[in-house]
Amino acid sequence: MTSKTSSRRQFLVGAASAGVAFPTASRAGDPLITEVQDWAIGHGDGVDASPYGLPISHESHVVRRNVEWLTADTISSINFTPIHALEGTITPQGVGFERHHSGAIDLSKPDYRLMINGLVDQPLVFTYEDIERFPRENHVYFCECAANSGMEWNGAQLNGAQFTHGMIHNMEYTGVPLRLLLEEAGVQTAGKWVFVEGADASSNGRSIPLDKALGDCLVAFKANGEALRKEHGYPVRLVVPGWEGNLWIKWLRRIEVTKGPVETKEETSKYTDLLGSGIARKWTWEMDAKSVITAPSPQMPIRHGTGPLVITGLAWSGRGAIEGVDISLDGGVNWTPARLDGQARAKALTRFYLDHVWDGGQMLLQSRARDSTGYVQPKKDDLRRVRGLNSTYHNNAIQTWWVNAEGMVENVEVA
Amino acid sequence: MSKWRDLMICAALAAGVSGPVWSGPYFLGRPAEPDEIAAWNHEVQPDGTGLPLGQGAVEDGDVLFGERCAACHGDFAEGVGNWPTLSGGIGTLGDEDPVKTVGSYWPYLSTAWDFIHRSKPYGNAQTLEVDEVYSLVAFLLYSSDLVEDDFVLSHENFLDVKMPNANGFVVDDRAATEYPRFSGPPCMRDCRAPVKITKRATDLDLTPEMMVATKELDLLAQGEKVFAKCKACHQVGEGARDRVGPALNGIVGADAARADFFYSDGMRAAAKAGLVWDHTELAAYLANPKAYLPGTRMNFSGLGSQADIEAVIAFLASQKG
Repeated sequence: MTSKTSSRRQFLVGAASAGVAFPTASRAGDPLITEVQDWAIGHGDGVDASPYGLPISHESHVVRRNVEWLTADTISSINFTPIHALEGTITPQGVGFERHHSGAIDLSKPDYRLMINGLVDQPLVFTYEDIERFPRENHVYFCECAANSGMEWNGAQLNGAQFTHGMIHNMEYTGVPLRLLLEEAGVQTAGKWVFVEGADASSNGRSIPLDKALGDCLVAFKANGEALRKEHGYPVRLVVPGWEGNLWIKWLRRIEVTKGPVETKEETSKYTDLLGSGIARKWTWEMDAKSVITAPSPQMPIRHGTGPLVITGLAWSGRGAIEGVDISLDGGVNWTPARLDGQARAKALTRFYLDHVWDGGQMLLQSRARDSTGYVQPKKDDLRRVRGLNSTYHNNAIQTWWVNAEGMVENVEVA
Repeated sequence: MSKWRDLMICAALAAGVSGPVWSGPYFLGRPAEPDEIAAWNHEVQPDGTGLPLGQGAVEDGDVLFGERCAACHGDFAEGVGNWPTLSGGIGTLGDEDPVKTVGSYWPYLSTAWDFIHRSKPYGNAQTLEVDEVYSLVAFLLYSSDLVEDDFVLSHENFLDVKMPNANGFVVDDRAATEYPRFSGPPCMRDCRAPVKITKRATDLDLTPEMMVATKELDLLAQGEKVFAKCKACHQVGEGARDRVGPALNGIVGADAARADFFYSDGMRAAAKAGLVWDHTELAAYLANPKAYLPGTRMNFSGLGSQADIEAVIAFLASQKG
C-alpha cells in the first residue's frame, strides 16, 4: 500500500500515474477534504462533558504498563511511564510510573499529619495547612527508580523504551524546602542524618544525610500545577532531586533527625549494588548521567518510509545538567551531536533531537549523554567490567535499538 | 534566638494568645506530644537504638511464620513463586546466581526486626506484638542455620548475633572506581570496530503484548470513526434500536435478515439461501452493497478503503450488545 518514497514530487507522480498509494486517496482527492465530515456538520461535546479532562479515546494506548512477571502482585509492584509516546520533558501525572510497596493509599488533607522529631530542639507536628504557609518554591526534577533498566543488565530483555527506561518521570513540583521545616524544629548539632517515613502500611523509610536534607530536598504538595495524584503520594511527598526514587517518600508522615543511618530494608537488602566480588555498594543514591532514544524505538517503529526522520529522546543526570547528547547510527562507531531542546536544567529531563534523513538502511541507534561534571554515559560492557554481572540497580548504560529496513525496531546488544 | 523572635514570642504571650512558644522562625505547627512520638517513632537502628524490651523463641516463630508469613514466603522461608526467599544462600554472593536473603545478605539484624515490626505481615502491617517480632526474627535466623532450634532472641542478646554479611558492604565508591574512567571528552569518530548484534530482546520474548494490544485498540477506534458514515441509519451498542436500518448488535457472524425487521426482497432471498454475515460476506457487502446484493434497500455506495472495511468489521464485532 504505502510507497517507500515520500518526497512530495514523487508522491504526486505516483498518485497521478497508477492510482497508487496512499490510504483513502482517490483521483478526486482525499475525501477527508472533499467530503463534508460529520464533525463539520454537527456539534461536538459541550463544556463540562468531562469536568476533569481525559485524553481523547484515540490516545488510549498511551498508558502506564506493568510487566507481570516482574513482581508477585500489583500491590508491591511497579509500572512504566510510556516515555516512547510522550514529547517535551514534563510527564503528566496520570502516566508517571507508579512504585508502591503496599499500594497507593487514600489519605485526605484533613487526616494528614507530618511529625518532625529526634535530635531537634522542639519536636513538631504540622497539618497540611501548616505546610502551605511556609515559603514555597517550584522546581522541575526527574524521579528515577534505581531499578530502571535493571532488567537490561544481563542482556537485551524488554522490547520497548517504556519497559527498558520507563521507571522515570519528570514533573514541576511545588513544595517547601525541607530545610525550612527542619529549621522550624531546630536541628541539634548531634544530628547528622534524617530518617524519612511514609504513612502507608509499608512504612517505607529511608535515611538521608543532613547535608542533602538541608540542601535541595522539597516537601512537595503539587506536581505540574495540581495536587499530587494519589499514586504519587497525595497529599505530600518528599522530593530528593537527582537521587534514586525510593528516597522520595510518598504520604510523608515523619522526619526524624538521627545520629546515623537507620539501615532499613530499603537501604540494605534492596537498592544496593552487588558487585562481582560479592561485596555490595550501599548509599549509591545519585543517579548517573543517562539517556535513551524514545523514538524510533520498538514501540515507535518508522512507518513513513525513507526521508525526513525525527530521532528524539531524553537525557538526564542526578549530578548536574546535561551538557551534550551524541547519537550514533552504527552502534557506537561514529557519533553526531544531537540538538538539545530548550535550556538543560540540573536534575531534570532534557529533550534532544537529531533531524535525520533516513535512507532506508539498517541502523543501530544509540544515544550518549554527557553531564556538567564531564561524566559521559558508558557502554554496558564498560559498566559490567567494573560492577560484574549481578549488579542490576543503577544501570545507566547506553541503549541500542536496531532499526531494520522496514523501519521495525528491536532492543539489542552489540559487541 | 533573634531579638525579633523574642519580641514576637513576648508579644504573643502578652496578648494572651495561646500559641507557640518554641523557636521556629515561622511559628508554624505545634509541639509533638510524647505519646504521639511514641506512637510513630518505631524504627530500630543497627546499634539497637529503638529496640523495645522483649523476647521470642525460634519455636514460637516457626508456628507464627506458618500462620502469618508462609503463604508468600513458604514454610521454610524458601519463598513461594515470585515472593522473596528469606533463608539460605549464605556464601553465594560472589556466584553467578547469588541468593540474597536475610541470612546471606542483610548486614544488620536490626533491619529484619525493624522491617517486620513496621511493615509486616503484608496486608496486615503493624499488628504484631513485640515478642512476636522477636520470635519471627529468631525463626529467620534459624531458617538460615545461624542459630539452633532452641534459640531465644531478646533485647539482651540481640547485638550478639553475628550476621554473615555484616562486612559485605562498602559505601558508594563510584567517585573513585567509575567517574575518572567515564569522564573526559567523548570519542566521535571510529570509536570502536564495527559491531554486530549479540543479544536480541525478541529471543527472550518477555515483553507484554503491547504492540498487538495497541494495534487492536487503533483498529477499534478507527472502526468507530468509520461507523460514523453508517450512523445516519444504523445504531449499535448498548440500547441500540432499529431505525431506517436495523440495529447491528451482534451482526458479525449472525444470520442475515432478522424476522422482525423490514428488509428488501433481495435480502430476504439471500437469507433464505443461508447467508451468514461472516467476515468475508460483510466485507464484500460493505465494499459495494448494490453490486453484492441487487435490490438492497441500504442506500450506501460502499466503503472505498479495505482498511476502513477491516476496521468497521472489527468495531462491529466488538459490539455484541
